[in-house]
Amino acid sequence: MAVPDATLERDAALFAPIARTGRGFYLTVAVLGLAILWGAIAYWTQFNEGLGVTGLQQPVSWGFYVTNFVFFIGISHAGTLISAILRLSRAEWRRPITRMAEVITVMVLFIGAGQILVDLGRPDRLFNVIRYGRYQSPLLWDATSISAYLTASMFYLYLPLIPDIAILRDRLGKRRFLYSVLAMGWTGSAHQQKILNRAIAIMAVLVIPIAVSVHTVVSFVFSMTIQPAWHSSIFGPYFVAGAIFSGIAALIVAMAIVRRIYHLQAYLKPIHFRYLGHLLLVMTLLWFYLTFAEYLTGYYGNEPEEMKVFWSKFTGPFWPTFWAMLALNFVVPMAFLVNLRNHAVGKTVVASVAVVLGMWLERFNIVVPTLSNPRLPFPVTHYWPTWVEWGETAGSFGLFILLYVLFVKFFPIISIWEIQEGREAGLKDVEERLRTYLPDDTTPEPAHGRARVTT
Amino acid sequence: MALWGMVIDLDRCTGCQACVMACKAENNVPAVGAKEAGLGRTISWMQVLVEESEERTRFLPRPCFQCDDPPCTKVCPVYATYRDPEGIVAQVYARCIGCRFCMAGCPYNAKYFNWRRYQQEAPGQNPDVSVRPKGVVEKCTFCHHRLQKARDRVRAERRELAPGDYVTACAEACPTRAITFGDLSDAGSDVAKLAKSPRAFRVGEELGTKPKVIYLSETEAHGRA
Repeated sequence: MAVPDATLERDAALFAPIARTGRGFYLTVAVLGLAILWGAIAYWTQFNEGLGVTGLQQPVSWGFYVTNFVFFIGISHAGTLISAILRLSRAEWRRPITRMAEVITVMVLFIGAGQILVDLGRPDRLFNVIRYGRYQSPLLWDATSISAYLTASMFYLYLPLIPDIAILRDRLGKRRFLYSVLAMGWTGSAHQQKILNRAIAIMAVLVIPIAVSVHTVVSFVFSMTIQPAWHSSIFGPYFVAGAIFSGIAALIVAMAIVRRIYHLQAYLKPIHFRYLGHLLLVMTLLWFYLTFAEYLTGYYGNEPEEMKVFWSKFTGPFWPTFWAMLALNFVVPMAFLVNLRNHAVGKTVVASVAVVLGMWLERFNIVVPTLSNPRLPFPVTHYWPTWVEWGETAGSFGLFILLYVLFVKFFPIISIWEIQEGREAGLKDVEERLRTYLPDDTTPEPAHGRARVTT
Repeated sequence: MALWGMVIDLDRCTGCQACVMACKAENNVPAVGAKEAGLGRTISWMQVLVEESEERTRFLPRPCFQCDDPPCTKVCPVYATYRDPEGIVAQVYARCIGCRFCMAGCPYNAKYFNWRRYQQEAPGQNPDVSVRPKGVVEKCTFCHHRLQKARDRVRAERRELAPGDYVTACAEACPTRAITFGDLSDAGSDVAKLAKSPRAFRVGEELGTKPKVIYLSETEAHGRA
């Protein structure tokens, strides 16, 4: 066995969710199942009757589904990107949170990509994208980038999971076959450990540009058109920043829930929330800065078409979603995150819930108001989603949470071996590293050269 | 090679909607019903828009502008919409996946979606135009099937395509002859001459889409809105 039992006893809390299943779990699954059922009925209805059962129309031909697509793909930046950055910067406090983040990415990417399938008028012709794929279309860039990200993220989640699966294989006593297969003969030898560390490092480097590319090309779906308030060069970085922003918020919410339900207060300490809270505060400011730059340039340019969209958000029919977005994405996080000295967990969670909601509204405010303001004098009916879109959205959230909950039941949501590594190797490593930062205090070399001349 | 285009004289247009009805009959454009129309899902390849300002009301019949540099074809992921060599922007109903990216990209809202199955094949429809299934985008094609028929006819008569052989249904139906259709690349054609008129202007010209539907208006061309 790779790790002695005594050290494993110390981390017994990390096995608890897998070893024991309480009534709360089944209740959660039942509630999520209902949401998913609602979504399934909604999609079945839409599949049979066509997109006519939604609130979509002419000219608002994109609505909730495209909003959800951008939103969920944005949330996916929680994981892999944040985890990779923390790993590469050797932030020691990352250890209990990296896996939690990576799981969000993998699960939510399925949901995000699924939104496009739901949005298609002809899902039966999906494979035309491969058969007749037209690479000049930003939609193809999306398909490429997202599938690359999904593949890389799955590897990036799986690699650091291998030693933990081996621990489960040796210790848990149930699902032995599953864990034996997935552990791929891991013994924890120095050679294996070396290869694994290198593989993780390579994936961490690889995954960052892919993640950036994903939300850049998602933004290109809008900015490559010539529509007012879409055709903007800031959209790439704006979407990436917004994605990381909503991703961190989703991660904090997930951490708080897992911590509460599985009593992992010893592992997910206020300090982790405080550090992530600071990161969220930085992203709040960055998001506000980009939003400010985007709207101010639009306002000063004063192009008539641009201004129609601008005013429809500021004072027109979209004012509730626009101002709610500003409040949730800027005012609330600013108020709760500036001082995290005490009650860090509660404050960051409030700010994060606000940001998750606010970023959904932000995506909505990008997609719908532009389409609601056609250039030519068309009769415009206000877009309002039907039960089908609400159901699909509820089902999507439900499915995402269910996949997450199931992961927690099958695999350790906090990396056991990395926590142990932190205790054993990490402490020494940090001390040594810190020493290399400081000026050398070894015996000074005998003065020669210039020094001798001056004396 | 021909470059098909259209000139619409707004000073002649009375807003009678004859072009709209002729188009619907010619191209099997479905009537979506009152409920769907109320939701904003009317399909009308040729649509008479009403521009209202303080001084006056003006009718703007709007077919697809058949842009020479179309923003809709740029974004299609499957080559379902493309500009054909004679400048007509086509839509392949059998290939379209219904992502509606072209609708979001068109600055003139000239593309329409089949939100439901609006019609089945039935007697009384034009057999030259396919009936669209649910879930695909459709659009004005300058009555492209008429070009194919005209080609067949002139080939049988062993002659070249002459002006007047190929005319769209809307141009044919207009009682005030506000709509002129023809080959813009033929400098002698009516449509090419009218396109050079001092009254001529294009909608959204600043977008660089190069519409091949050109409007004539005394006021607009002289900078009075």
